Amino acid sequence: MQRIFKILFSLLILNINFANSISAENTSKLLTTDWSFKGPFGKFDRASLQRGYQVYNEVCASCHSLKYVSYRNLSEKGGPEFSVKEAKAIAASFEVTDGPNQDGEMFTRPAKLSDKFAMPYSNEEEAKSANGGAYPPDMSVLVKARAGGADYIYSVLLGYVDPPENIKLDDGVYYNKYMYGNKIKMPKQLSDGLVEYSDGTNATEEQMAKDVVSFLMWTAEPHLEQRHKTGFRAIVYLIILTVLVYFSMKKIWSRVETNV
Amino acid sequence: MSDHNYTPSSKFGKWFNDRLPLLTLANHLTDYPTPKNLNYWWTFGGILTFCLITQIITGLVLAMHYIAHADLAFSSVEHIMRDVNYGWLIRYIHANGASMFFLAVYIHIFRSLFYGSYKAPREIIWILGIMIYLLMMAAAFMGYVLPWGQMSFWGATVITNLFSAIPLVGESITTWLWGGYSVDNPTLTRFFTLHYLIPFLILGLVVLHIWALHVPGNNNPVGIDIQKPSKDTVPFHPYIVIKDLFALLLFMIVFAFFVFYSPNILGHADNYIEANPLVTPAHIVPEWYLLPFYAILRSIPDKLLGVVAMLSAIFILAALPWLDTSKVRSAVFRPLYKQFYWILVIDVLILGYVGAMPAEGLYLLIARVATAYYFLHFLLILPVLGKIEKTTPLPLSITSPVLGGSADLAMAKNIDVRKEKL
Repeated sequence: MQRIFKILFSLLILNINFANSISAENTSKLLTTDWSFKGPFGKFDRASLQRGYQVYNEVCASCHSLKYVSYRNLSEKGGPEFSVKEAKAIAASFEVTDGPNQDGEMFTRPAKLSDKFAMPYSNEEEAKSANGGAYPPDMSVLVKARAGGADYIYSVLLGYVDPPENIKLDDGVYYNKYMYGNKIKMPKQLSDGLVEYSDGTNATEEQMAKDVVSFLMWTAEPHLEQRHKTGFRAIVYLIILTVLVYFSMKKIWSRVETNV
Repeated sequence: MSDHNYTPSSKFGKWFNDRLPLLTLANHLTDYPTPKNLNYWWTFGGILTFCLITQIITGLVLAMHYIAHADLAFSSVEHIMRDVNYGWLIRYIHANGASMFFLAVYIHIFRSLFYGSYKAPREIIWILGIMIYLLMMAAAFMGYVLPWGQMSFWGATVITNLFSAIPLVGESITTWLWGGYSVDNPTLTRFFTLHYLIPFLILGLVVLHIWALHVPGNNNPVGIDIQKPSKDTVPFHPYIVIKDLFALLLFMIVFAFFVFYSPNILGHADNYIEANPLVTPAHIVPEWYLLPFYAILRSIPDKLLGVVAMLSAIFILAALPWLDTSKVRSAVFRPLYKQFYWILVIDVLILGYVGAMPAEGLYLLIARVATAYYFLHFLLILPVLGKIEKTTPLPLSITSPVLGGSADLAMAKNIDVRKEKL
């Protein structure tokens, strides 16, 4: 019995190490911070998500879309939990194209809760031409789409350093310690005091990076809190059931002269 | 077996059973005599049935929301993850369920290898099992394509391109498989159709697999035949049912940890990037459960021979009952085979590891040695070992663990008993 546990457990560890070793081909060890959403009981920090939305909106949104996220999500449980009123106001501050109307014409109107986040560019080509040929990726699932996850995005945001002397960079290309291949077309975005947080939090570079990455973790995994909660209940339930079944099994097998 | 004489107690039961003997079947399944010395490695059959049913049910729900179209597949998966009630749970169970399914099937296969469950009279069970395993790999591969992420797309490109290695007609076959000149929408829609079909084929084979099992009955850890059913066996219900359930619950706890706390750890981050035919990922790697075969494929410098080697690595398993010449089933009584068994396990793990690494330098060398050893094990070591190995004495029955004679004597006895039964 114990042996099975041991073997299953070591297989589990093996798999995890495996997955990590595949993804850990990065040049430098990633930066990290005390993410509130890590671990089996991890939850999002509402205030941090709200600040993260502000950073996204004021800094990232001019180039990066969030095409799978709707304005209604902003007020949903387990997210930044803006009030419905606030979320409506946020939505209304963006224009979206709708139509065609009765005259067959497309028109713009203020966004509603049911709309997806407004796109910064009308298509990929426009996005590329505005960004020196590089397409700013959609950020809806970005955290899950990069090995290293939240730590990786956090590190890239804070990883702009002067290039080593032997590396020559073309125009419009920047050096980043953590980016794959170390070359990135996005210039350094964050600097101390870039945004003014309404809750009085000091907007340091690290603080903004942490907030916006938390926000992106939420956009990538909007049901993370529910997942952690359901998981805890499911596993406790399974463990109790396993113990009960174990004793039933012992009782049933006590009728035969064999060990289970 | 006793169930031939079964008569239902109620009048209606009898009437029904005379026309469709479902009750006889149910009676057979509950009374099915099972060796009482089965250990926990034997619980994986039940676990695998659970895996298959879980995949079918979650897959059915996913198919209600998924859209098999190159432009919509990725966003329909995001729709499932965000907007469908408990869609995230269903998808994570399905995606991790595939890994759990393979974890269980590998344990099941290696249990069979250790205890010689593939040997006479169970060859057909074994071959059906290999067919199920093959279909599982096909289903898993096609399922991985459906989210239409970068790994989906490029994995599909690499695997379907293997067919182009076939001389003369290879290119045409690949075009035919794709339904075009590259992996595109027609490829996605047919993969979806097949991904939906294959689990039901597997289900059919599983029924045959269990049917074939119920003819000779289970093998067991000492690998000798049942001498006296009344002494050596217990009825399937409740003894094996409760034991399988206990093991299944333990398995489900591990499963739940993956689903709830690291649902993406077994997948590749690149698959959260929508498929882009113009951008090739740095490393194209299949899912972990296909890595050993991927390593074999890449260890051969020639494309055609690589494909042949990879396929042979699977099909060679079907010939195993005849490659293994030893009359003794269980490795417990085969001191040399036991050691070679563990070397094979390590060899396959090494193949899996190098399969995930870039095919160059030391990794390539290791892959080649491990591939050579894999074939050596089946083609040379097993046939020769059966002839030269001195096995330790077998017990007379599974209930008398005390040794009661030489291996040959016990085997002879077994054969006599089998003849008597006939």
